[in-house]
Formats: sequence, C-alpha cells, structure tokens
Amino acid sequence: MSTWHEYVQRNGTLPEWPYPINYDKVNEVVTDVLVIGGGVAGCRAAISAAGKGVRVAILERGHAKRSGAGGAGVDHWHGACTNPCSKVTPEMYTNACYESMQGYTGAHVRYIITREGWDTLQECEAMGVRIRDVNDEFKGSDFRDEATKLTFAYDYKNRHVVRVWGYNIKPAVYEEARKRGVAIYNRMMPTSLLTEGGRQGGRVVGATAVNTRTGEFYVFRARATVIATGGAGRLYDFEPEVTASGSMSDVNSAGVGQAIGWNAGAEFVCMEKTSPGRLTGHAYAPYSMGGAHNTYHGTPIVDADGKEVPWVDAFGRPLQKTSERFQPTKGQPFILGEGIGISYYLEPFRNNALAPDLPERIREGEFKLPLYADLTRLPEVERRNIFGMMVGNEGKTRIPIYDTYTRAGFDPDKDMLQAPVMDPEGYLHSNFWSAGINAPPTVRSLAGGGFLVDWDLRTNLEGLYAAAGGTIFGGGCHGESHTTGRYAGRHAADYARTAPEPVVDKKQVAAEKSRAYAALKQDKKGIGWKEINVAIGRIMRDYCGRYKNETTLNLGLRLLKELRETELASAYASNPHELGRLLECQSLISVGELVMKSSLQRRASSAILDFHRLDYPEMDPPEWQKLLPVKQVDGRVKARELPLDFHLKPPYSPTLEENYQRHAGT
Amino acid sequence: MSDKVYMVPNPPTPNRVVSFDPDVCIYCNRCVEVCPTDVFVPNPDKKQPPLVLYPEECWYCGGCVEECPRPGAITMFHPTQQRISVNWKRKDTGELYRLGMKNPPPPNTRPPSG
Repeated sequence: MSTWHEYVQRNGTLPEWPYPINYDKVNEVVTDVLVIGGGVAGCRAAISAAGKGVRVAILERGHAKRSGAGGAGVDHWHGACTNPCSKVTPEMYTNACYESMQGYTGAHVRYIITREGWDTLQECEAMGVRIRDVNDEFKGSDFRDEATKLTFAYDYKNRHVVRVWGYNIKPAVYEEARKRGVAIYNRMMPTSLLTEGGRQGGRVVGATAVNTRTGEFYVFRARATVIATGGAGRLYDFEPEVTASGSMSDVNSAGVGQAIGWNAGAEFVCMEKTSPGRLTGHAYAPYSMGGAHNTYHGTPIVDADGKEVPWVDAFGRPLQKTSERFQPTKGQPFILGEGIGISYYLEPFRNNALAPDLPERIREGEFKLPLYADLTRLPEVERRNIFGMMVGNEGKTRIPIYDTYTRAGFDPDKDMLQAPVMDPEGYLHSNFWSAGINAPPTVRSLAGGGFLVDWDLRTNLEGLYAAAGGTIFGGGCHGESHTTGRYAGRHAADYARTAPEPVVDKKQVAAEKSRAYAALKQDKKGIGWKEINVAIGRIMRDYCGRYKNETTLNLGLRLLKELRETELASAYASNPHELGRLLECQSLISVGELVMKSSLQRRASSAILDFHRLDYPEMDPPEWQKLLPVKQVDGRVKARELPLDFHLKPPYSPTLEENYQRHAGT
Repeated sequence: MSDKVYMVPNPPTPNRVVSFDPDVCIYCNRCVEVCPTDVFVPNPDKKQPPLVLYPEECWYCGGCVEECPRPGAITMFHPTQQRISVNWKRKDTGELYRLGMKNPPPPNTRPPSG
C-alpha cells in the first residue's frame, strides 16, 4: 500500500492531516542574516555569513537537505577560470558571455562568478564532494590533468569547465550549514519582505512566512536578508501531471523571491526577456533520452541503419575525428560550454555540434528514424565518463537514470540509447533533444532577467542582497548559484555587523498575516490552487507571449488583477499544504505583473531578447540598446534607463578587475 | 482487503511515483522528511510505509531513494509516458528493450563512477 487511493479503499476512512495544525500561532525569529531559499545558493550564502561569526537563519520551502533546482546533483562546473589548468581568464569568459548576449547579461555578476567559481568549488571538495579523479579511473584520457587529477568538459584544451562527482552536493552543503550553526526553517512559504516602517522601498528588516505542514505563522527579524530563491517555472504553464517528470525545476518554482522583492520595492532588469520553454518539462525526463549534447556532449548519433550523423565546428566546417568534438577549432579562443544561462553564443565561443542540416537530411531520407546515441563508438574512457560519471552525478540522474536504467539492463558498452522520435525540425536544436519541439511554442520561460544587483550583489534596497543562478541578472546555473550565494552571504554578514537593530512594522505584519490566512476563511466552494495556477499560465501565454503590444499587455495586467481579486480572493485551502500552494499563486501573479510591466517599458523589438512588440516592430533600433530597470514606488511602476555597460560606469570603476578588488571583500 | 466499492476521485496522473516494499521499509519516514515537495505523508498506521498523497508534485529527483537507509525499501517509478519513451537496442543482436518491459534483461550491475 503506497497511495492515498489504496489507503482510503482499504480502510474506508479518510486519513487525518498528519501534522499538528496551529493556524494563527505566531513565531518570532531574530537573526543577523536571513537567507530566503535553502537551495545551493542559499546554503552557500548561509555558510559564508556564518563564517563571519553572525547568526544566520535559512527559510526553506521544502527541506534544505535535498531541495532546489541544484538539489538533485551536478556533473560539471562552469567558469572555474582560476583553476590551475584553465587557459581562460575571468575577463575572457565574462566578455565572451557579455558579447554573445550583446550586453544583455550582468557582466559584473559573471566576473564575480568566474573570479571565485574555482575557490567555491574547492570548498565543496572540502565538504566532501569529489572533484578529482582520485581513483585514476580516467587516467591518460584527453580530459584529465595528471598532476591535479582534475577532469574537464566541452573544451579539453582550455579546461575551464570542471567535471564534478556532485550527486551528493546538496546534502554536503546542507551538512556544512548545520555544522556552522545555521538555523534552518524547513517547509516555509515566504509571503513578504518586511521593510522599515512598512514602506515600499524601505530598508529590509526581515520576512514573514507560513509553515506548510503546521500552518503556523513566522515573523523573521533580520539585520540583513539574502534572497536566494529559484525561478518561476509555473508562470507560463501549469500541468505537473505531464511536465513535472521532465522539468529541471520542481513544483516549488513559483517566483516567490522575485514576488516578495518586487512588492518590497526591489529593482529588476530584463524581466521582459522570455524564451521558448525548452526545459519546462513537456518532453522527456532530463538526460533520459539518447542525445549528443550537454551531459551527453560528443556522443555519436547513428540512424536506424547505423549510419553516423556528421559533426561540424562552430563555423559549419566538418569535423573528421571524434576527438575534435572536444577541442576548439580554428578561429576559436575557447568554447564556453552549455547551460550557463545565456541564450545565444557567438561563433568563437560556440560548441561543436551535429550538422545543422540534419532535419532536412532526415526529411530527404538520408538518415532514417529513429536515431540512437551509440556510446559504444566512443573510447571506453569517454563512454564511461558520459554514462557513469556525468550521467550518474548530474541533477536528476543518479537514481532516475543511472540506477533505474542499469537495473533495467541497459549497458552502454553494448546498447544504443534511442533518441526522441519527433518532427525532423526537432533535431535542429542540438542541445537537449529531450525538449525542443515538444514544448508548445506559446509556453515561455523567464530567461536571464532578475534582481538588479550592484558589485556587492546588493539590490537597490538597503539590507537586501540577492544570489542564485536563476534569480539575479547575470546569473547562470549550478556553480554560479553556489558562487553568488557565497559572495552575497559574506556581504550581507558584513552589512549586518554594523546595521541598526531591525524593527518591524506591526501594521505590516498584521496585514500580511491576514492576507496569508485569507484562503482558510473562505466558503469551501472556492476553487483550488491548481485551477488558479492554470489560469495564470493562460493569461501569460495569451497576453505576454512572444508577440505582444501595449493593449495586450494592459489587458493581461487587468486579467491578472481580476484573477487576484475574484477567483484567487475566494479560493479555499483545506490544509497548510494547499495554503502554501495558493500563496505561491499570489507570487506568480506578482511575477506576471513584473514581466508585463517590464515588457511595457521596452517600446521596441529586440532579437537577442526574443522580444517582439507588434506596435513597435522595428527590430533593434539603436536608441533602445539599453537596460530598462523597473521597481515599484508607492505601488506605481518607476522605470529608468541604464546603459548596458553600467557595471563599468560611475559610480563604478572602468575595469572589471578594479571593481572586483574594490568590492570583493574577504 | 475490503470488497466495498467507494466513491473516490479518478486515480491521479501520474499514479504511483514510488513504491514501497513493506517488508524492507522500517517506517522511519526519512523520505517524508526530505522530499522537497511533500509528495509523501507519514502513514496513520505507524507500522506501514508512508503514503503518496501528492504524486503530481513529484519531480523525480530520486532524493527519497538516496535518503533511504534500507536499500530496496523504496523504488522510484518514472511516469508511464516516460517509461514507454526509454528504449534501447542491443547493437550486436538488434534486440529492442524498454524501461518497464515485461521480460526485462538481467541488470547491469556496474556501479556509477566513484
């Protein structure tokens, strides 16, 4: 007996809620640094803050031991530019990202990440995460450095992407946080940031939250706060019955950090940038299908008759040997690598890939479906590294793929793993075949925008810092989350040591408590959280899709407000779990408003942002090559303009390194 | 097992994200404790494995299996639409296999790297 259905049919009774419920009970927690979000970024922020001798608390939506998009593991660590084998400097890496994105990524954040990524990874090693081939399993391979035993991905020559045996990375950072005395509050749904005097734009002095098992209310008072939450995977689409297994973020991904920041008056940038929802879960479980890229990078692809699909370099020139897939080609200083939170790569930094005319050649009958990933064609060290090391340590691969497949008899030495069978167009996008064409084109994802932070990773609000790959402008992926968390945590701690005593506004707390519990006091006829979430997705897809105009955006904003004031205001929650999910719907609406209001500010179309204004169809007019940060002041949107290279303009210094030296601290 | 027929909502999709072996499970509820999305709850009968209450909130990280102190007590199941998609072909013989097939081949016992 494993399921609720089995239980009720066997017992003929409904099981009662298993946890003691204490709605209205208020718990007060006082700390120096409060970290909201206990994923890898949050745990790292907490560890570095605690290392400075201040009191630290983590407010976590799930359970911090395994939660977060990075909680399920990692197999390669990007931007480890200062490792002893790297031929790529932080400047080179940062500029490659910045130029590829035509300036639409936070280069200061990228620089911080590449300056400190390797140090951050070495700390993971000290916490018990293996980052070296200590068993000499890959001795003599092209991707291994014999002296350090480090192994590398994508670009075996330049060696800035380090392969990591990181299936246990989250339990490791969690245990380290506990060892440092961090107070971890699990199962907490954050509902607001508290500000001095309850004023939007005031100094942040803490947060409120509801426990989703007991229903108890929490008031956190903190001298400094770090937001280290994740993305908003539920914003454009909500059908977890179909998508949860294929998604790269769990159902807690509801934009809660962005929402509470936006409502407190924090400034955001590039939130108008969305991209097709490749990773929203509409296809297959991550890494579950044969492919040639990302974790499977370099794997030979053959057709149904065993004919191999050719590879080309970034400039379209054919590659002859398998080993060339892992090397930069003529005209390339280095290869950046995939999964770093940028949506476009200039050729000098782009990966080698399968021939881009593959869809056409499938249509013409040259290659016969289905395709297979034929790992047997690789040398043993490469094969074992891809299926055994990379698959086995990357997020959602240890149990879901490696363990499940090998128990079912899959043997990479003998078997070819089938690639998805799909419309030939689907084979164009080389990275992640397991998504691509299977995601409906109307489903978008937030794509690179976030909190606008300064060189301290502080937001515009005093006392509020931000970290995590998916939450700040200029973030990235797994390693980037660790590194920004570590940096934001130490800056928050420095601030907390001199910050005045945090005083919360009683009226703000009371209003927040009443808002948080509203769904418990409704008529039981009110609709539930899932239906509301689905409706939010509908509004976003229809009114803030790839194409939009001022009218659709304003209509979308009106409908989000309607939904909030009508269906959501009368929604009913039967227990603390449903209450948490309903409060997430409130957050999603706030994030939707933020995206639409940001979109209204950009009165031009932009190719790099994949942003199409039907009322301003001209693509990339030069006067619109700028950032348009938005925040709320007294409930009204306040926008401004910022040059793309603001991070090198006054009050900052003119070079990356000077700024870093001035701000990094220790 | 009661023979009574009850009015119950349709089975959820996915239906069964994990299964427990009651002979191996020691009811420690560690999986319940760490699941990031609260898929499980402790069983009201304390001598029984946890109950899957919110299967559609599972994102299949496998954390519950890693956390389990008793190997084999808990098994993660991909949803049927994913299992049916996972196919492989033995290169030498051309035999076709799939995850969840009726007569599966013997397990590959090689552990992951490290």
